[in-house]
Amino acid sequence: MTVAAEALAGRSARRRVRETVVTHVCLVIGVLIFAFPIYLALIGSTHTSGTIGRGDVPLLPGPDAVANYAQAWGIGGGRFMGVPAGGMLLNSLLMASLIAVGKIAISLTSAYAIAFFRFPGRMVFFWLIFITLMLPVEVRIIPTFQVMVSLGMTNSMAGLVIPLIASATATLLFRQFFLTIPDEYVEAAKIDGAGPVRFFFDVLLPLSRTNIAALFVILFIYGWNQYLWPLLIVNDRSLETIVVGLTKMIGSGDAQNEWNVIMATAVLAMVPPVGVVLLMQRWFVRGLTETEK
Amino acid sequence: MDSEAREERRSARERRATVRRVRRTYFRGVGLPYLLLAPQLLVTALFFFWPAGQAVYQSFLREDAFGLSSQFVGFENFIDVLGDADWRAAAARTAVFSLSVAALALSAALFLAVQADKHIRGAGAYRTLLIWPYAVAPAIAAVLWLFMVHPDIGLFGRALNALGVPWDYKLNGNQALLVVILASAWKQVSYNFIFFLAGLQGIPKPVLEAAAIDGAGPVRRFWTVVFPLLSPTAFFLLVVNLVYACFDTFGVIHALTQGGPGKSTETLIYRAYTDGVSNLNLGSSAAQSVILMILVIALTVVQFRFVEKKVHY
Repeated sequence: MTVAAEALAGRSARRRVRETVVTHVCLVIGVLIFAFPIYLALIGSTHTSGTIGRGDVPLLPGPDAVANYAQAWGIGGGRFMGVPAGGMLLNSLLMASLIAVGKIAISLTSAYAIAFFRFPGRMVFFWLIFITLMLPVEVRIIPTFQVMVSLGMTNSMAGLVIPLIASATATLLFRQFFLTIPDEYVEAAKIDGAGPVRFFFDVLLPLSRTNIAALFVILFIYGWNQYLWPLLIVNDRSLETIVVGLTKMIGSGDAQNEWNVIMATAVLAMVPPVGVVLLMQRWFVRGLTETEK
Repeated sequence: MDSEAREERRSARERRATVRRVRRTYFRGVGLPYLLLAPQLLVTALFFFWPAGQAVYQSFLREDAFGLSSQFVGFENFIDVLGDADWRAAAARTAVFSLSVAALALSAALFLAVQADKHIRGAGAYRTLLIWPYAVAPAIAAVLWLFMVHPDIGLFGRALNALGVPWDYKLNGNQALLVVILASAWKQVSYNFIFFLAGLQGIPKPVLEAAAIDGAGPVRRFWTVVFPLLSPTAFFLLVVNLVYACFDTFGVIHALTQGGPGKSTETLIYRAYTDGVSNLNLGSSAAQSVILMILVIALTVVQFRFVEKKVHY
């Protein structure tokens, strides 16, 4: 190797090291920007309300974590004393699970009908479902609320869940997946004398397992994070969900709020959905990039 | 019809079928498929088409002061809404807000995705740490930000005031808008990051190597090779982010500022909510809902047209 070539190689190696360092620095800054608000909430949930109310926000954990979380879980706090986080978490868990399971169930069956049967009006129904993609619940919130009042479905878990379980995206995803299942499977089932119901349970469901898991993660988070709908439909405290309940604790955001309990509740409200994402990260990423395209 | 022509037509149909991946073997029966579709259609009819129809119907009516009778007023509700200076201000504010949120969330996510796509140690850990904020609800993101920027108890709010910057987002409209934009964008970055990363991993490596051999540096490679190949993803995300900023950020605004101070953080969706729930102005609220529906439909149509054509430049 000539001297010039060696110098060149050395320079490019140095450049590579510098690039790697810059990349790490950028990513660490990015991670910190996303982690810091959560870190501060965690810290806030370990101090007394007095410490926070004075404005002396510490950067290290305090000794009051147990007391704060116990109060948040069992008693509640903030301006609306007496809405314990335990009950609200249970409501959110129930609502999110029912929405996810309901969406998956009715999307599976309707995608099955559209992909494996031929009947009059098939495409009309397909488009009727497809078009709902264009109407997010926020857009038609007031008229939907009026419908709920006419049906007497306000202030009930059914009212929270059922209107949200129609799902164009899930139906489209399952239909797309069903179309990749070879015709030979259907023919084989027919030769074996298996009817459509048997085929659905013995062949289709096992094949759809990963898709169902991926969708469950996304839909569970969708359900958990609902805000405007529960805010409007429910004013019975026993049905309060944690996301809405948390913001009600804040009121107009006075410094005198029990911020320690509020932050403990915020942390509790984040644990289930964040946990689901972290535990099922691979499925979740796959499901997300496939459903929405 | 002679059999040859029929055969010809059949095989043509079959060829088409394989290309479009349409099933050839079906189950028999008419009752079962209707039964299978029934739950989805029932929910859709009750909670999508009925309210949407109701909104369109009401948007052409006006109730008298006591809500006892209503009469057909044609497009008057729409003319009133569109002519209302407050509504137009909210529309302009929504545009500024949505574009800021989308621009911030998209650029930050693209930058981080490009970094995380490189072959470095700990890439998997970085990805996990950037993905999880997806699970945080918009309203909770608002609470976290409130805790940071509160003028009396927030770390940053107090620091700004201590530095002599008069900071109180509860009194200053521009500061309120800034906080709402930052919190909304913060929450959306991880979603965009996931898609950009998937897009980057889908770019064939030989293309990049070829560009590198041709002497293109990393910056040039990004703008001439990577970015054009990412443009379908970027366009798709732009539409998703605009829809998110227009509608899903209701929780952020409701939890942080309640549209205030004054009306400085009142977006169109927030206005439709307050007009319908607090002010009980049904005709006007219905007209606003219809306008918002048209907006979403337009955005969705644009998205499908472009995604189908695969935006490459």
